[in-house]
Amino acid sequence: MGRIVLEKVKKSFGDVTVIPPLDLEINDGEFVVFVGPSGCGKSTLLRLIAGLEDVSGGKIEIDGNDATFIPPAKRGLAMVFQSYALYPHMTVRKNIAFPLRMAKLDQAEIDRRVNNAAEVLNLSDYIDRRPGQLSGGQRQRVAIGRAIVREPAAFLFDEPLSNLDAALRVGMRLEISELHKRLKTTMIYVTHDQVEAMTMADKIVVLRAGNIEQVGSPLELYRAPKNLFVAGFIGSPKMNFIEGEEAAKHGAHTIGIRPEHIEVSGDKGAWSGVVGVSEHLGSDTFFHIHETGLAETITVRADGEVDFKHGDRIHLTPREDVIHKFDANGLRIE
Amino acid sequence: MATQHSRSAARLMMAPAVVLLLGWMLVPLTLTLFFSFKKYLPMRGDSLERGLDWVGFDNYVRFLGSSSFWPSVQATLVIVGGVLAITVILGIFLALLLDQPFWGQGIVRILVIAPFFVMPTVSALVWKNMFMDPINGILAHLWRFFGAEPVSWLSDASVQSIILIVSWQWLPFATLILLTAIQSLDSEQLEAAEMDGAPPVKRFFYIILPHLGRAITIVILIQTIFLLSIFAEIFVTTGGAFGTRTLTYLIFQRVIDSQNIGLGSAGGVYAIILANIVAIFLMRIVGKNLDQ
Repeated sequence: MGRIVLEKVKKSFGDVTVIPPLDLEINDGEFVVFVGPSGCGKSTLLRLIAGLEDVSGGKIEIDGNDATFIPPAKRGLAMVFQSYALYPHMTVRKNIAFPLRMAKLDQAEIDRRVNNAAEVLNLSDYIDRRPGQLSGGQRQRVAIGRAIVREPAAFLFDEPLSNLDAALRVGMRLEISELHKRLKTTMIYVTHDQVEAMTMADKIVVLRAGNIEQVGSPLELYRAPKNLFVAGFIGSPKMNFIEGEEAAKHGAHTIGIRPEHIEVSGDKGAWSGVVGVSEHLGSDTFFHIHETGLAETITVRADGEVDFKHGDRIHLTPREDVIHKFDANGLRIE
Repeated sequence: MATQHSRSAARLMMAPAVVLLLGWMLVPLTLTLFFSFKKYLPMRGDSLERGLDWVGFDNYVRFLGSSSFWPSVQATLVIVGGVLAITVILGIFLALLLDQPFWGQGIVRILVIAPFFVMPTVSALVWKNMFMDPINGILAHLWRFFGAEPVSWLSDASVQSIILIVSWQWLPFATLILLTAIQSLDSEQLEAAEMDGAPPVKRFFYIILPHLGRAITIVILIQTIFLLSIFAEIFVTTGGAFGTRTLTYLIFQRVIDSQNIGLGSAGGVYAIILANIVAIFLMRIVGKNLDQ
């Protein structure tokens, strides 16, 4: 069980409102990702759910019970922190067993659960080491182990991968997704990295300045962003925005077109421009095109084999069916 | 960095400091050892010019055989132990309090450090005359206010009084070191423990106290070094009477009051041995904490 409902939840620090009243429903077993630029209130929202911060108003319901004023330990949630927050003077075994000892479980049960968690997370070889002797990825797994032994109603992850190097991050991303598939427990995951959000989430919650901009599955957000902010935030590289005459042709104030939805050609196309920087990733090449008369820079994705040089004049053709239209307020026009 | 050249340059530049420190330590130590084997009573006409008589281990035997020797060792250990216990326990408590956010934090922190800046002689005199005076001290007034008979602190509870005065001086030091240690604790660790179901008291014993282990070790080591040689506080309050004669004070009395430099020097050598025994024990017990 792990259904979490937020009703008009609000948070302010002194005069500063970090989170204006906000409603959100998280269903049992869902993998929900809170994503947004730094300072958007996503970590605060997670801490409100965890109970590490008091709400300034509204109600938090966990599994149908009002949990607004229940202390964090009694909410049945487990949290994995950005710094892992392992206890440095305890061995891995003691770290993982700590919540169980606090819950006064008997030793046999503690041993069973700790060994089980260590096996699931491949920690058995390091079980008697201290956190200081482990690598970043191993510490991360210990932190997750400490969370899973409690068998919580939901897991809360606060940017758990941001301290890892790029290769390890991809690996841990898969491991966490794998864990979710196996445990089928609700997970709430905070990140500023839209790639993590897209690859892991069942449901993405895009936040800006404490407001929920859009809630939906990764593909819903990709295909039909509700406004300019979501359109610009989801997808990598960023969507191109074009205003003025070209937008007016489509009956919109601003149109958005993703780099992967523009065809590149050497001789003919709807628009033309001069190649600036090109980023070769092997599989793909991203060209930054200037002097198009549409926007300062247009980013396009081409096949890895396509080769234009800096300063070449090339032609672009957008795919008409995937042009996103927005009105003067930045809202989507269907 | 570690070329032949830079290494010899480093040695050359460190040499003055090393020579100075070695001289600073070796000269007094050698003189003390030298005097401890001599009969040296200036009032009876002994002097360096006329040459001193070699008396072998006589001074050592006499110092050890004196009825005041073992009580003085005991007084030293009781005072050091008492002050350490009070400053560490109260220091942790104060550090925890000062770590909480409250209005006027900066001023309060400075005030807490203040006793450390007061010279030992002055603070002992203030305590003796302002607080502990059995007729006109604040404590005497307080006792009378509650209808109790005022206590003659420095004669009836002399060791406790000395411990109190010295603790008052050293508490700021302990508090300061422990406060910085508490501030370096990652707050996410406490939050993790809170989510793991540890109530405040358990968070203290399982997370905060182990984190403070190293700082406590340092406080104990540094304080012990200074506390073994406290002198001014005893000199201006009890003058070594009422069981407050520590080893340091006994040596002072042998040299100045009895004008027996040889005997005092032998006592000094015993003091060095005692300090080393205490240091070895401390290193054994708490030194492990520094390895982590």
